[in-house]
Amino acid sequence: MSNAHLLKPTFGNHLRENWIFYALLLAGSVIMVGPFAWMLSTSLKVPGDQFDQRLIPQRTTLENFALAWERMDFSHLMWNSFRIAMLSTIGQVLTCSMGAFVFAVVRFPGREVLFVLLLATLMIPYQMTVIPQFLIFRAVGLYGTGAPLWLPQFLGGAFGVFLVRQYFRSIPTDLLDAARLDGASLLSIYWRIYLPLAKPALAALAIFAFMTSWNDLFAALIYLPSDLEKTTLPVGLSLFDRLYRAQWTIMMAAVLISVAPIMVAFFLVQKQFIQGIAMTGVK
Amino acid sequence: MSVAGFSPKGGERVWAAALIFPTMVGLALGALGSIVATIGLSFFDWDLFTTPELVGLENYTDLPGDRRFMRALTNTLIFSAIYVPGTVILSMLIAVLLNRQIHGKSVFRLIYFLPVVSSPTAVGLVWSWIYSKDQGVLNAMVTGLGMEPVHWLGRDLALYSVVVVNIWGAIGEGMIIFLAGLQAIPKDVYEAAMLDGADRVRTFLRITMPLLIPSIFFQSILSTINAFQAFDYVYILTQTQGGGSTVPTLVFNLYREGFNNFRMGNAAAQAVVLAAMIMVLTLIYNRMQKKWG
Repeated sequence: MSNAHLLKPTFGNHLRENWIFYALLLAGSVIMVGPFAWMLSTSLKVPGDQFDQRLIPQRTTLENFALAWERMDFSHLMWNSFRIAMLSTIGQVLTCSMGAFVFAVVRFPGREVLFVLLLATLMIPYQMTVIPQFLIFRAVGLYGTGAPLWLPQFLGGAFGVFLVRQYFRSIPTDLLDAARLDGASLLSIYWRIYLPLAKPALAALAIFAFMTSWNDLFAALIYLPSDLEKTTLPVGLSLFDRLYRAQWTIMMAAVLISVAPIMVAFFLVQKQFIQGIAMTGVK
Repeated sequence: MSVAGFSPKGGERVWAAALIFPTMVGLALGALGSIVATIGLSFFDWDLFTTPELVGLENYTDLPGDRRFMRALTNTLIFSAIYVPGTVILSMLIAVLLNRQIHGKSVFRLIYFLPVVSSPTAVGLVWSWIYSKDQGVLNAMVTGLGMEPVHWLGRDLALYSVVVVNIWGAIGEGMIIFLAGLQAIPKDVYEAAMLDGADRVRTFLRITMPLLIPSIFFQSILSTINAFQAFDYVYILTQTQGGGSTVPTLVFNLYREGFNNFRMGNAAAQAVVLAAMIMVLTLIYNRMQKKWG
């Protein structure tokens, strides 16, 4: 770090000293944003114009969105994805915060060992657990429904429990002691004190759970029938790709429709979300 | 670790148990039980319809001779060998660039994070348009330079093209991990270095890098786990007409064997091998970190 920041430089000076960093960051940004810009540009082009390789469309149309919506049966796909993602989010926020509360606040024998064991499960690949899960869901007749995608989210999870527990532990214990002296029950301490105070962590977990479910391809491929009425957006898109190969204007419109909701959600809560990711990196 | 909290008495024990119950069921059944079940299944031959047949270690001993599996294994290893250092180095570089007094810091952070929140399936389709052999924008650039169009997703290059997309999609997350690590470095360390007259490069190599070692290891472990589980972009970008892939990875192969061909025992054995490799690599990282960290 240079001593420039001690002198409060003018912007010109600042740029002269740091231009190389801006140049590198900008070059990287172009690569990051490029595909999104290309997607938007293609989706607005009149079919046939997509091969002109221009970033700014010469003629624009919204026709592609109407066609994509119609052909892809988006209303079903959106609803299926939304329902499963919403249930998954509720499951994760509820059960992870419950587990995190006990790990953070209640003293019981074997607590540390259990917590380490839980964290160790982060290493287990999903593929290691999915085969028995598949067999169980098939045996109880839930294969082909959305349940196998959201039901397991009601069983806590190492990532969520860890995230919320870290936050709970930063809450001063004086609060806990005071509540205890007032005779508050365990449940009301969880519900009335810890949950409201942990809103940032819960928001981070909520968007993380929603995003993971909304974007998930593997589980949807395995559990749901491959038809546009019953499956979720990612599988729908991949089916669409096979049906309308190389109709890029409509394809990009479909892609845009499917990433838009999560992008909006991300912009709304980006702070909590990024903090949540950062928290998992710091012990 | 402090032993914060209190010991519940009487009825409160029941409440505490109830609150932690879902997590414990998840841990016991979802994680540990599944491991035992998957290992158990890997000793059987089972197609879901006939009765399972105990075959001992056959599912494992067959793997080295299974050409599809070996191809997937090779692909995954090459993939990881590029993906892990690529992701770690690039995301560290961007974090270091952003961790200074720079205008528009939050906008840059947002931009780099964008691919992380987008569905790999959706963005993968955008990439398949960019990579498209005949009319893709990448080949337009290549031919604009007077060269022959390149078959980005053909047999020779698909693996590398897919790795690039995966790295592109993962940099944002790594950047956040490294930014958190950088912010944990006390400012006075830098002030001392400045007084000693150390230049930027030496400050980075002597101070920043050593203090970032925990983040580097954390990010390497995370990236390795992700690399071994690469699926979404592979599925979208390389799937062939018959449901195969030009560059099948371990998880792609497992998906086909288990859930298209319903060879459950075989898929279970592959899952065990996958998990074992991830575990061994994580242990190696941990050892290395203890030695150097």
